[in-house]
Amino acid sequence: MSGTGARESVFPTRMALTNTKMRLKGAQTGHSLLAKKRDALTNRFRAILRKVDEAKRKMGRVMQLASFSLAEVSYATGDISYLVQEQAKTASFRVKARQENVSGVVIPAFEPDRVQGSDFNLTGLGRGGQQVQRSKEVYAKAVETLVELASLQTAFMILDEVIRATNRRVNAIEHVVIPRMENTIKYITSELDEMDREEFFRLKKVQGKKKRDAQAAEVQNQEKAQAATTESERRPENVDKGGVDLLSSKDEDVIF
Amino acid sequence: MEALFFNVDHGFLEGIVRGYKAGLLTQAQYNNLTQCESIEDLRTQLSSTDYGGFLANEPLPISTSTIADKATQMLVDQFNYLRGNAVEPLTKFFDYITYAYMIDNVVLLITGVVHERNTQELLERCHPLGLFETLPALCVATNVEELYRTVLIETPLAPYFRDCLSAADLDDLNIEIIRNTLYKAYLEDFHAFCQTLGESTAGVMSAILAFEADRRAINITLNSFGTELSKERRARLFPTVGRLYPAGNNTLARADDVDQIRAACEGVAEYRTFFDSSGGGGQNARAGESSAHLLGDEDGAGAGAAELEDRFFAHEVHLNRLAFLQQFSFAVFYAYVKLKEQEIRNVTWIAECIAQDARDRIHDYIPTL
Repeated sequence: MSGTGARESVFPTRMALTNTKMRLKGAQTGHSLLAKKRDALTNRFRAILRKVDEAKRKMGRVMQLASFSLAEVSYATGDISYLVQEQAKTASFRVKARQENVSGVVIPAFEPDRVQGSDFNLTGLGRGGQQVQRSKEVYAKAVETLVELASLQTAFMILDEVIRATNRRVNAIEHVVIPRMENTIKYITSELDEMDREEFFRLKKVQGKKKRDAQAAEVQNQEKAQAATTESERRPENVDKGGVDLLSSKDEDVIF
Repeated sequence: MEALFFNVDHGFLEGIVRGYKAGLLTQAQYNNLTQCESIEDLRTQLSSTDYGGFLANEPLPISTSTIADKATQMLVDQFNYLRGNAVEPLTKFFDYITYAYMIDNVVLLITGVVHERNTQELLERCHPLGLFETLPALCVATNVEELYRTVLIETPLAPYFRDCLSAADLDDLNIEIIRNTLYKAYLEDFHAFCQTLGESTAGVMSAILAFEADRRAINITLNSFGTELSKERRARLFPTVGRLYPAGNNTLARADDVDQIRAACEGVAEYRTFFDSSGGGGQNARAGESSAHLLGDEDGAGAGAAELEDRFFAHEVHLNRLAFLQQFSFAVFYAYVKLKEQEIRNVTWIAECIAQDARDRIHDYIPTL
């Protein structure tokens, strides 16, 4: 029996062969589609990776700048943390989430949304107010960078997951499903061939038997004929009249 | 006459404070500090100065705020020593110095009460120079009305509150406006008090307080652009003892942009140079540019303002230094506190620059000597 690998348990019929062939075709189409999706996602993934890298570097710089601006504030005004904390009533920096579709994968994207609040813009009125405002701006920028980074990171994680799943599927189809179907097809074909050969052999056998039977019958006929000749020798007038018995002689090219 | 009897009462303390002043960091020491690679280096450098081992028992790593706290504590100790040895009217003068910090502390507590926070923890945030015996009593108050009455009775700031604010004001006014109203009252009162202390004190202190008043006026104007602070209210926050008063203050009250502030300051020769953006703080401008470059926009104005603030500080230091040229005046005590404060700010700034690895800005401190 051929198809040493795994195969589906089907009866080797022509029907099953057609079915399996169609399914193989489907699997191949699916494989190429998935491969395309994987490539698209990987492209996107690489782009995001690059952006994440950039954003992280930028974040480092911006955060440094921001904490330095806070140092400037404390130089100019002293500790204002409590005042700011108490006077901030509404969030002036909000994050909006929306969805983005990349080759069928839904990725959340965060967008910063700034409302120009005037919650503590009188802080440091007598001294250092400008530094406070500036620090506020710088920190808003820093948070913006963080939001950007967060949305990139989320996309990164989700894409990573999806790419893994897709890869798994592509590999499964390529290395398991398709070979199995090919094996099945091979198996069915070989089984069918086997059956053909058996059939041929059987017919051969039948023919051989028939031939033997025919020969036996001829021998009998000849014996009969012999007996008849001895009879006709006794009555010679019958010899030419009788002619040749067509059935008793055998033509070489007629099989039956 | 004044000079004749000054030393009888205050000669000792003046000697002490001049000694303290001699202990302020010199330019060479600042240079050493700016060369430090790490906070530990800074500590080693500081231990060879008057600060001594003030950070010796601190666990590593030392944060910049610890340095500031410890240094402030040193200043407070010195101040309390001076105050403990003082006799009238110097005691009163010391009290006046602490009022400025008291205003900050009281305002802090008011913020806490208005927002119904636990005021106990706020006590720890209060400036140690502004602590007074009855300050914790303010924490007992649970609502604004009660607090107002307590403030009126219990604190030395009572007259300022009584004259400027009603209980209703505490509730709905912005806390910064309250602070500045109080500060205005304080400056005027302090100024009036100094006039009674004899000629030399009055002269030097007028100059310092006038500058302080003008600085506040200019800053308030500058910081109120684009906020809900109305011009009438702004005008009421300007102290009336400055050199800009009254004409400059009137102009400031109507000012809408920086140019008009500059125009208001034209009348005083010293202030004119503050707005002269071409000279002086080139280093500052450069640092501002580098951050503006990164942030993309609008920071040019911010850097300009920071520069202005630095020039104010520099001028304040200059005036305070001049105070030491006079003998037999109380101004040295005030000047010393302010110089020491500036020095603490400088040390904190340098520490901050070292901690954050911002070498290019490390020279932006204002040398005190």
